[in-house]
Amino acid sequence: MIKQQFEVTPGYRKWTLGLLGVGGLVLLLGIFFLALSKDEHNQTRFWAVLLQNSTFFLLITNASMFFICITTMAMGGWQMAFRRVPEAISTLVPVFGVLALIVFIGIIFGHQHHIYHWIDKEHVEHDPILKGKSGLLNPTFFFIWTVITIGLWSFIGAKMRKLSERADEAMSLEEGKNFIHANTIWASAFLIFFGLTVGSTIPWLWLMSIDAHWYSTMYSWYTFASTFVSGMSLIALYVIYLKNNDYLEYTTDEQLHDLGKFMFAFSIFWTYLWYSQFMLIWYANIPEETVYFKPRMQGAYKGVFFLNLIVNFLLPFLLLMRKGSKRNFTTVTFVAVLIIVGHWIDFFQMVMPGPMGEHYSLSWFEFGILALYAGLIMHFVGKGLASRPLVAKYHPFLKESIIHHT
Amino acid sequence: MAVKKFVVGCFEDEKVLFPAVSKVRKAGYKIHDIYTPFPVHGLDHAMGLRETSLHTAGFIFGLTGTTTAVSFMTWSFTKDWPVNIGGKPNFALPAWIPITFELTVLMAAVGMVLTFCYLCQLAPFIKKHHFHARATDDLFVMVIECTAKTNEDEVKNFLGQAGAQEINTQIAEDGWWIGTYDKQQKLYKDQVIA
Repeated sequence: MIKQQFEVTPGYRKWTLGLLGVGGLVLLLGIFFLALSKDEHNQTRFWAVLLQNSTFFLLITNASMFFICITTMAMGGWQMAFRRVPEAISTLVPVFGVLALIVFIGIIFGHQHHIYHWIDKEHVEHDPILKGKSGLLNPTFFFIWTVITIGLWSFIGAKMRKLSERADEAMSLEEGKNFIHANTIWASAFLIFFGLTVGSTIPWLWLMSIDAHWYSTMYSWYTFASTFVSGMSLIALYVIYLKNNDYLEYTTDEQLHDLGKFMFAFSIFWTYLWYSQFMLIWYANIPEETVYFKPRMQGAYKGVFFLNLIVNFLLPFLLLMRKGSKRNFTTVTFVAVLIIVGHWIDFFQMVMPGPMGEHYSLSWFEFGILALYAGLIMHFVGKGLASRPLVAKYHPFLKESIIHHT
Repeated sequence: MAVKKFVVGCFEDEKVLFPAVSKVRKAGYKIHDIYTPFPVHGLDHAMGLRETSLHTAGFIFGLTGTTTAVSFMTWSFTKDWPVNIGGKPNFALPAWIPITFELTVLMAAVGMVLTFCYLCQLAPFIKKHHFHARATDDLFVMVIECTAKTNEDEVKNFLGQAGAQEINTQIAEDGWWIGTYDKQQKLYKDQVIA
């Protein structure tokens, strides 16, 4: 029996509450033992971990809306059979956006200058490089742009989801044309803004400014690739979960195959950007550039650095290469989890070397916050899925998705 | 080379072709091939063709390219002619990645093209038999291979009922790769004589 309407099962709720419980407990312990501790190193650890997780998960949920908009712009119909899944995931953008904003407020007003050097005004005065960048790297601009960014992501995302509701009711040919037209306009608005934010400025402000003296022109694209491939993996995980529970009648191996291709292709794309960033710096060997890779590649982060490459390139590349493995639920689930955890580690090695130096930890607090965010994702995506029918029955492109053949 | 006998049925429409394919397969006739003006989605599946092994070949060719590039560069830069280039280590793996990638792609691509030509039996000096000229334009041409036991008229009637517009029998050479078909079964001519 195929079910049309998602209902949160007791098992799902148990896992959600379990993860939220563990995560909440860890967060409380973190506040007591790290944030309120006298030791600056502990405070830095607390805020750096929150920064890593809040930016990572905000960007991977926003990648779902990017996926919706890019397929809308391309007049793609194949994803229509499961489009409510990325829509449900993108309902998390406002939630994670607010959480990220709280973290930024905590870091900047809490004066966590080990994370963002540029908030220390006295230090900036004596630092010609930071002074030169102070037009961009200052709290006022940071907050204004961050608020606009999160606001517009949430607003246009909500608009796209609202538009999608129209497809639950029958529409005429003329109405269908207008519907597609309206979708295209809002999707293009989102994509332009996405290019201005994730494609360029937002990774500079949120992450690259941790290593404020250093810069890389590949950084934003690198961040985008990292979060987009994780976002696609998250969509694939939910599609498989729903499929295993007899939902999504029109989604077949064909759609899963295409999701698998996205995971495969963008793992390679990420590696390409990783290599483009690394290779030029390695080759030119200029101290002000190699300063970024020195602690990562040869210092305390050596293990994490090479693990990053193995988990995010070698394993998806080899495991997803075959056609059969992209259509196999078990393999795709395994690789999707691998990719999400892998890029979480990628963000870890992007954030930590600056604030934490050689004495970083990857233990209870780091994994506890990961569990907290996993719980939040499960809770809100479950809610988002249950709030509407799983398939937009009258969408003009639905048939294209049903007969889709890779 | 083997000369065989084929019954050829021409279909005007994909919608007629697909049910016809399944009928022919159920009846137990051997489909030699179906010639279509454009790639038809799902036809390979309907015909029950096995998955091509071309991609496995591609993987092996690619792997050959990777190992060739890495081992040759390792040998020449570290053993045969070590040169200090900008103070970089002689075993400068990051600098070799583009060349490794290129050789991998080159070997995979060229190897796969050649393998494809072999699998499809394509070469400039080969004259392939055309079962119907319109197969490259707007006609779907189904070719059924006859064995000694096949009743030709029965097949023709069957194809007519399945919706074929134009049906005929053709005797043609099939395949060119030395020895392959000769080993498989007796020549049609020999069968007729026997």
